[in-house]
Amino acid sequence: MNRVFQGLDSGQLLLIAAAGLVAVAGVAHTAAVGLVRPDIAVGFGALIAIGELARLTMPGNREVAPIGAAAALGYTLLLDLSDVPLDHTALQVVAVIAVGMIAGALPHLAVGRPPRLDAMARRLLTGALLAFAFRPLAGTLYTLTQEPTKTWWPALVVMVALIAVALLADVLIAAMLRAEQVRTAFRVAVRDEIRMAFPLGAAVAASGVLLALACHSMDLMALLVFAAPLLVTQVAFRKYAGIRATYLQTVRALSRVTEVGGYVEPGHSRRVSRLAVAIGRELGMAEPELLELEYAALMHDIGQLSLRDPIPGGATVLTDPEQARRIAELGAAVIRQTGVLDRVAELVRRQCDSIAEDPPLSSRIIKAANAYDDLVGGSTDRDRAGAALERLRLGIGGEYDPAVIEAMARVVDRLAPVHRL
Amino acid sequence: MRGLPWPAKVYLVVVIGAAAVLVGRIVVVPGQLAGVGDYATLLVLALLFLVCESMPTLLNVEQFAVSVSFSAALAAVVLVGPEGAAIVGLTAVLSVRPGLPLVKRLFNGAQFAICGYAAGKVYQFFGGVTGVPRVNDFEALVGPYAVAAALFVPLNIVLTLTMVRLASTERAERMPARGMAQFLLSYFGYATFGLLVAGLWATVASISAVLVLLPLFIARWAFGQYHAQQRSYDATIAALCQAVETKDYYTRGHCTRVSLASTMIAQEIGMGAERLRAIRYAGMLHDVGKLGVPTKVLQKDGPLTEEEFAAIQLHPMRGLEIVRGIDFLDEAFAGIMHHHERHDGRGYPMGLAGDEIPEFARVIAVADAFDSMTSDRSYRGARPVEVAVAELHKGAGTQFDPVMVAAFVRALEREPWQPPRKASPPPTDETETTTKDHDDPTMPIEVVSGP
Repeated sequence: MNRVFQGLDSGQLLLIAAAGLVAVAGVAHTAAVGLVRPDIAVGFGALIAIGELARLTMPGNREVAPIGAAAALGYTLLLDLSDVPLDHTALQVVAVIAVGMIAGALPHLAVGRPPRLDAMARRLLTGALLAFAFRPLAGTLYTLTQEPTKTWWPALVVMVALIAVALLADVLIAAMLRAEQVRTAFRVAVRDEIRMAFPLGAAVAASGVLLALACHSMDLMALLVFAAPLLVTQVAFRKYAGIRATYLQTVRALSRVTEVGGYVEPGHSRRVSRLAVAIGRELGMAEPELLELEYAALMHDIGQLSLRDPIPGGATVLTDPEQARRIAELGAAVIRQTGVLDRVAELVRRQCDSIAEDPPLSSRIIKAANAYDDLVGGSTDRDRAGAALERLRLGIGGEYDPAVIEAMARVVDRLAPVHRL
Repeated sequence: MRGLPWPAKVYLVVVIGAAAVLVGRIVVVPGQLAGVGDYATLLVLALLFLVCESMPTLLNVEQFAVSVSFSAALAAVVLVGPEGAAIVGLTAVLSVRPGLPLVKRLFNGAQFAICGYAAGKVYQFFGGVTGVPRVNDFEALVGPYAVAAALFVPLNIVLTLTMVRLASTERAERMPARGMAQFLLSYFGYATFGLLVAGLWATVASISAVLVLLPLFIARWAFGQYHAQQRSYDATIAALCQAVETKDYYTRGHCTRVSLASTMIAQEIGMGAERLRAIRYAGMLHDVGKLGVPTKVLQKDGPLTEEEFAAIQLHPMRGLEIVRGIDFLDEAFAGIMHHHERHDGRGYPMGLAGDEIPEFARVIAVADAFDSMTSDRSYRGARPVEVAVAELHKGAGTQFDPVMVAAFVRALEREPWQPPRKASPPPTDETETTTKDHDDPTMPIEVVSGP
């Protein structure tokens, strides 16, 4: 259990505690008063469990369970089943979601994949929030769909509006956690989360509403009919997430050919890319830019492969600028070969530009991070880091961007372990 | 149209003609349109179909585009009957999907009209009620709908496939069973969606279509992203592997060719799609470790010392060290590590023999040696394919696994090998050439032992 709680910060713990409380309240209440329409609860609970079982990890290490989320949403928004009105309470919805989730998480736990408690807590809380907002209105909305009014529009409008609010709350919680985790500005985190959550959120919302409406005309068969189409969406996103992860791993792995070939110090590409991404975050870059920055930083030395002899130690900061520029050009040419990473190639090409030439911010970051790593290497000695920063500051005049160097100083200060006496 | 062979032209005219007669009859003969019922529903469905048809779709399988419009066409079968479904299908002619010439649009419209009409007739024959289903009619709807969909799909496939077969001048590709299964599964999914659109029409009319199709479009979008990423990934991995080869002028393109030859062998021995993918990348990455071998060793003319030979023997391990961080490559790791093992157990790094050698490695070994022999080297020109094949046969059972050699020879008979273009003499200043190639089975490495 300790492994599960490792690496959680205070915000996440708070979230998990809140979700735990809500779940306990829901389950306890439901146990006390008994389930309303247990057949429906079991059907939806099973679908939630399946969704939890098939959860996937989206780029940026975000865990989502689209099928489970859509099922939870459908159960929350259920007004009637083949014209029999339903009045399950919000607490019962919470109980069904919680039990379904736990059931779906058990197999994962059995094969030694500990749950991402924070992600599960977020899913449960969002569901609970929506349930407490919508369930009290369910009776009224159902009455409107019957004679004399016979209109579904109010129900539809209320559903869509409340889902939008719930999704927004979810995004804000996620952004708050993320800002704390990866140390980025809150507003940048919100933008990233919205970009990531929007497509999948829209699909889940539409499916949830559909599920609730379909139960009106199809009874519980709707659940079966829906498992297939939702699966299509899920498979598409899983494949996409998979290739994204593989891509990054591959670039990370192959960027090490320069090290194996003795062109640069071992671990150089990885250290430069980590430092560069941390600086980029510090300067408020959004995720897509950060990804390009990471690729460019990983591959910034790839041009050296075309050189006849490795530069001793690969310390490009110490060789003549003409040589460095040629390497950057060669590297950019290699990356342009892909035909798809043109922007990354451009960043690599301009990594030697001085400030006067106005290179893109990412290129400035790579230049500074590369110089810093050439001076410091893998050492974590504070004095050495301080000396290197000082030396880069002296070069600010035309070589390095002062804003980048200052951001680097903050990052390095954070990353360097505190000396223990 | 101009580029089509004549049977294709005839077929095209027949299909379009049949559809024209069909729709003409519906429009002209009085009473035919009565079956359609509500014109507003027909209009909404036609619009919906057109929007879906105009969206750029992706090929799930090489020659096919299954588009979301299929759901709208099937919903029309229930909601507006065979005549309506034919009219809805016909709107495919107006599609504005990029890169679709008028001929193709006409053909699509015609075949959708025919399929829609036929499916609608079958639906009615099996007792399906045309029109917007009432809330409690749902169970009665499912059976006839399933039959209609079961007719629509094969008809659609047959009509389209016939066109593709007639139009393409090359030999038809075999459709892989797995691709076919995936394809049918997506058809099944779309059919389900069509049923939902029809079933919910009573509740929220056209909003149902939006609700049903939104997740679908998002799924398509995600698939599109996935394919784009996949293409981008393949290009990136090829470019990076070629960057590793830039040091040696003569081995350029070696990695992509070995990847191709390995895939040919793997297909021939019937590997599944996942393993095919893995071996494609394994072939691509098999020599990245060469960078770890000092250039002077690779270039050394004459016999090698023990240490130098040890450095060469290490290169598969070096390669492994580099690619270890990529997690989909489990089997590929073994392929990269052992691609210089010999069938008789006298290879390196571990001296495995026969079946001890992982299958991937046995495949890559054959592909590697073959490409090495059929490309130019500084010390000889490229050998013709026949000579290289004879060498492979000679080495079967000693250096190579005879099964893989036989599979490769069969694959070569099916699709002839494109040898790399003649390497022009290398420009002198930029590049290096090695005088040895450790992959070349006709140039055994000599090792001098002793001090």
